[in-house]
Amino acid sequence: MTPFEPVLTKGLGELDLADIDVYESRGGFGALRKALRDLTPDAVVSEVSASNLRGRGGAGFPTGKKWSFLPKDGRPRYLVCNCDEAEPGTFKDRMLLEKTPLQIIEGLLISAYAIQAKEIIMYIRGEFLEGYRVFKNALDAVRSRGYVGQKIAGSDFSIDILLHRGAGAYICGEETALLNSVEGKRGEPRLKPPFPANAGLYGMPTVVNNVETVALVPYIMTRGAKWFASIGPEKSPGPKIVSVSGHVQRPGNYEIPLGISMRELIDEYAGGLRPGRRVKAIQPGGGSSAAIFEEDLDTGYDYESLAAKRTMLGSGAVVVMDDTACLVRSSMTLVRFFEKESCGQCTPCREGGQWVHRLVARLEAGEGTDADLRVLNTINTTITGTNLCPLGDSIMPFLSSVLTRFPDEFAAHVKLARCPLSAGSSESAA
Amino acid sequence: MTPAREAKGKTLIAAHHDGQSALIPFLQYCQEEDGYVTPTALDDAATLTGLTRGEVESIASFYSLLFQRPIGKHVIQVCRTLACMLGGADELRAHARARLGVTDGGTTSDGVFTYEEVECLAACDKAPCLQHNLRYHYNVTPAEFDRLLEQWKNERPEAAMPAE
Repeated sequence: MTPFEPVLTKGLGELDLADIDVYESRGGFGALRKALRDLTPDAVVSEVSASNLRGRGGAGFPTGKKWSFLPKDGRPRYLVCNCDEAEPGTFKDRMLLEKTPLQIIEGLLISAYAIQAKEIIMYIRGEFLEGYRVFKNALDAVRSRGYVGQKIAGSDFSIDILLHRGAGAYICGEETALLNSVEGKRGEPRLKPPFPANAGLYGMPTVVNNVETVALVPYIMTRGAKWFASIGPEKSPGPKIVSVSGHVQRPGNYEIPLGISMRELIDEYAGGLRPGRRVKAIQPGGGSSAAIFEEDLDTGYDYESLAAKRTMLGSGAVVVMDDTACLVRSSMTLVRFFEKESCGQCTPCREGGQWVHRLVARLEAGEGTDADLRVLNTINTTITGTNLCPLGDSIMPFLSSVLTRFPDEFAAHVKLARCPLSAGSSESAA
Repeated sequence: MTPAREAKGKTLIAAHHDGQSALIPFLQYCQEEDGYVTPTALDDAATLTGLTRGEVESIASFYSLLFQRPIGKHVIQVCRTLACMLGGADELRAHARARLGVTDGGTTSDGVFTYEEVECLAACDKAPCLQHNLRYHYNVTPAEFDRLLEQWKNERPEAAMPAE
């Protein structure tokens, strides 16, 4: 295995990292004290920029750059933490929330200091009841030690963290939908521009950062931007938690140096496939990402290498399908997800999702026709790129990629009027 | 509006940026108290926030964890997205439907169990998974589902959708 020392998951499973005494005994809040004592806010932004940290939520935008976009016009600024994790295959933020809430809080405080925020809003997915309770307890403990509130750790910096529970909606993970949700509105994405940096929460300059992103900030403070930038490829450096699931022997979250091969990730970390099985398709970056295949296993797991394969690293969710998986059913499952979670604002997404779902469900049930296959091959361009937010653009990538790579599997569903992988008729629970 | 509810609403508004920002937390609180978001709760929310009743209803309807219909004391939400599907969620869903005698979104005739098929619950490494009153259960086989069901039948849960 590529030599690497994990930071975000170090001690996990051995120590109670949600306990503030445990956290402090391992140097916790040292980064916050260092930033408040030794660094100006601009110096913190510079350090994070120099580290080349890219946002871990899905888009991979450079964090330091995002922070530096805020206008210097004296208006109050907000820092919003996105813990609305719901991208299919992703379960890293929930783990961080439930197991390591203190490094999230420390990262939030340093980030808020860097951008001189007025308030921090922690947006926690509604389904994450346990994580919410763990985080709330951790926050109370942090407050009692003087790290949150007035004049933090003896400095002139004061800030509080407001918890906001979501109420069930995947789309609220999109940053402008999330802001609408915090404001008590329907979680519909906003038209951009204006971007949140200029007109975010309550119309004020706002930064929305993912949980894993902010959790990395304390380590950049204590170990330095050079340490961070030295891990993995130049343009996509740093540790990354990857959620691996599907047909592997050891599904789970693995903290890796970016840039290792897909093969190493699946075989060395996730225990490989079941005996005698072969990789058929892999979704490398969440439900929105196009598939890669057996011939792509030597691709590096980093932003650039995956982009070169016309897919993406996204949220860092790797779902492996072996040769027992029906790709028509897999596609239907994902298309149904996007259909259900569409907010309904944009016609191509709202209507397209429904029609594609019906069409693929028909194929899966053995009731599809050759005309359905022809329509499927032309539908991509009529949905992708025609919506306000990336949800509509996420309906087709996986389906298109497996349809292109395995056209015979789709055709066989029409010809045999059933799934060629199962002996009997396919059970459609859609 | 009951005085207790009005007081809670005012506390929530004070803790948030404005009335509307407190709307979802207020509805979550009402749901925990009443078992679902009742028509009265929608009226109360409109009164407190200054929004119209129609606006409140439109916002409430957007969120899948706010129920504008009576639900059981036990809400079972089975994940059906890709990783769970690969791990046997389709078989679990078929079993759960047959066992409870309901379809997706239905409530058992005795009003005790509400069953929903939901999208990714972020527990893909322990597929298939479900939530029971927002608590996780992992690697749920049909046999494990039956065992859990018996256990839940003998439980008096604190709330189906806890607000805090």
